[in-house]
Amino acid sequence: MTGKQKRLLARILVSAGLYLLILMLPSHLWREELLPLVAVNRMPADNTVTGSVTLARWVPFLVPYLIIGWSVLRKAGRNILNGQVFDENFLMTVATLGAFGCGEYPEAVAVMLFYQVGDLFESVAVGRSRQSIAALMDIRPNWANVERDGGVEQVDPEEVEVGEILVIRPGERIPLDGTVEEGESALDTAALTGEALPRDVRAGDGVVSGCVNLSGVLRVRVSRVYEQSTVARILDLVENSSSKKAKAEHFITKFARYYTPAVVFAALALAVLPSLVTGAWREWVQRALIFLVVSCPCALVISIPLSFFGGIGGASKLGILVKGSNYLEALAKTGVVVFDKTGTLTRGDFTVTQLVPCGMEGEQLLELAALAECWSSHPIARSIQKAWGKPPQPERVTGGKELAGHGVEAMVDGKRVLAGNRKLMLRDGLEVSQPEQVPGTVIHVAEEGRYAGYLVVSDQIKPGAKQAVGALRQAGVGRTVMLTGDAQAVGQAVGAQLGLDEVCAQLLPHQKVEQVERLLADKAPGETLVFVGDGINDAPVLSRADIGVAMGALGSDAAIEAADIVLMDDKLEKLPQAIRIARKTLVIVRQNVVLALGIKFLVLALAALGRANMWMAVFADVGVSVLAILNASRMLRTE
Amino acid sequence: MKKSYKMVDLECAHCAAKMEDAIRKLEGVNQVSISFMTQKLVLDAEDERFEQIMDQAEKICRKVEPDCRIKR
Repeated sequence: MTGKQKRLLARILVSAGLYLLILMLPSHLWREELLPLVAVNRMPADNTVTGSVTLARWVPFLVPYLIIGWSVLRKAGRNILNGQVFDENFLMTVATLGAFGCGEYPEAVAVMLFYQVGDLFESVAVGRSRQSIAALMDIRPNWANVERDGGVEQVDPEEVEVGEILVIRPGERIPLDGTVEEGESALDTAALTGEALPRDVRAGDGVVSGCVNLSGVLRVRVSRVYEQSTVARILDLVENSSSKKAKAEHFITKFARYYTPAVVFAALALAVLPSLVTGAWREWVQRALIFLVVSCPCALVISIPLSFFGGIGGASKLGILVKGSNYLEALAKTGVVVFDKTGTLTRGDFTVTQLVPCGMEGEQLLELAALAECWSSHPIARSIQKAWGKPPQPERVTGGKELAGHGVEAMVDGKRVLAGNRKLMLRDGLEVSQPEQVPGTVIHVAEEGRYAGYLVVSDQIKPGAKQAVGALRQAGVGRTVMLTGDAQAVGQAVGAQLGLDEVCAQLLPHQKVEQVERLLADKAPGETLVFVGDGINDAPVLSRADIGVAMGALGSDAAIEAADIVLMDDKLEKLPQAIRIARKTLVIVRQNVVLALGIKFLVLALAALGRANMWMAVFADVGVSVLAILNASRMLRTE
Repeated sequence: MKKSYKMVDLECAHCAAKMEDAIRKLEGVNQVSISFMTQKLVLDAEDERFEQIMDQAEKICRKVEPDCRIKR
């Protein structure tokens, strides 16, 4: 509790104590009339003074009232001077002073007390939610140990420059991104990915800020300054996520804008019109006052952003970064999920499983292919290089070119070598037969226009992929589609194994976009289309889809930039989890809207009919707020 | 120019919404967002008049919620 809140609590307790005391005082001390303040008692028979006095009853009640209420009165006055007339403070002032005027002194004090109690509760609840969200995201490093001038200095992470060496001991959090110079250890990446399983690192490996070093001392060479580090960017993302407002939030602000003046005018009408007809001013003014107190839309305006923020915070605890409340909202309505194959559904680490040379030795074929591909970073290229096993010899290779959807072309030892799919061979006039039933991608190789044979490179499906697809279907996703540039046979095989609804294979990059557009046109309105890819070459598709989800983003900048939601590790299971969180958030938002509006309208109706009293009014305002906030903070307790 | 500021004692979510609307209507403002949850104000406005716009924004802020301040 902050100082301000503690003071309010003290005032509440003092005021409540005095209030109860006054209520317990004998009633013959009081007179109901407003004036005079003090009157001398006289005998009814002959008007002689009895020696006792009576006080106007409202005077003692004024004390607890002012103790608890002067801040409200002051705020109301100040706001009126600033041009802000109709706010909570004004309404409470008018309502309670009106109650005093109507002779309901205990009610007036009680209502003010109740109002302030609720206000305090609200303030504490919001503060608590803010704190727990901040704690979820408490991955910010406060210091870094840098090797400088022969010793180790503790500095602010923002002062460390690229190339400096950090010393990170076991138990410490890694403050900046970098590569391990020396040392071997295991890292706890839970803060970023939500994964409990530690990641082993050794010299040469990259490490990401925010992780906790577990076992050994590490010396790390800094690769990015603090502002560019993963930690800073994640924190930035989550903080800014609340500025991309969901449709629900926009609705609430618009609603509040019309609702408040409408209720105020209704209250005025309620106070004036019936009174003109019946003359029962006091009664109708009272009702109007109650009406006014209920009119504040604060319950909704606070709880809805809080729910979304809680959802985003809870998701980031699991390693799911959502860049905006609007994406969380859209995610809940996911109907179609489109996957990229390589790197997303499959591990992306291919291995050469077969060598079928034609007119040369297997080793030669492998060497040719490896050299032709040695300049490429495509996963297939890398697997061929790995299979060859020897260090790359770039001096033998020139003019390496990637032909999208076909393969690669390069000059090896002065000879023109092609490595790629059947289309590539056909383009060069080479009629080759495509081997059937191959569990993988076939890479044909040709040298100087002469066919050299083929290699089979196989990719492995990720372990959790099948369950993830099943979970998606359980989460209500109607259609699962896979897009790949790979061969039809491979695509179908993977699709069948995972139980996907549709497979589109042998797609060139622009064709992937076309497929996504077709799916977008096909889907039901209001449904969201999600595209999941590993970001490196999926940027146009990621931006075309309703929601772009990037995977394996631990360290990949391009993915974090292009996507709307980032899954910090490679686990596909996070996607159905994300959808569940999104759904839960929306459910809570809807509950709050129904609760707040329902109770408010009910009390408004009752007030108009004269069946409501001040207590109900204050509950409908403050109590509902508190309930809504408590409900919204359920989001912070994630599964 | 786009800059973000921390706000202090922003207690009323409705007020945050009112401030945001009012600041958005100021001349020279491209985009403004006030997050009640993080107590942050992000302002995207014309470079030359940025300081003046911030002054006006502060005035609006004080008018809507007198206890609240923008940390500059």
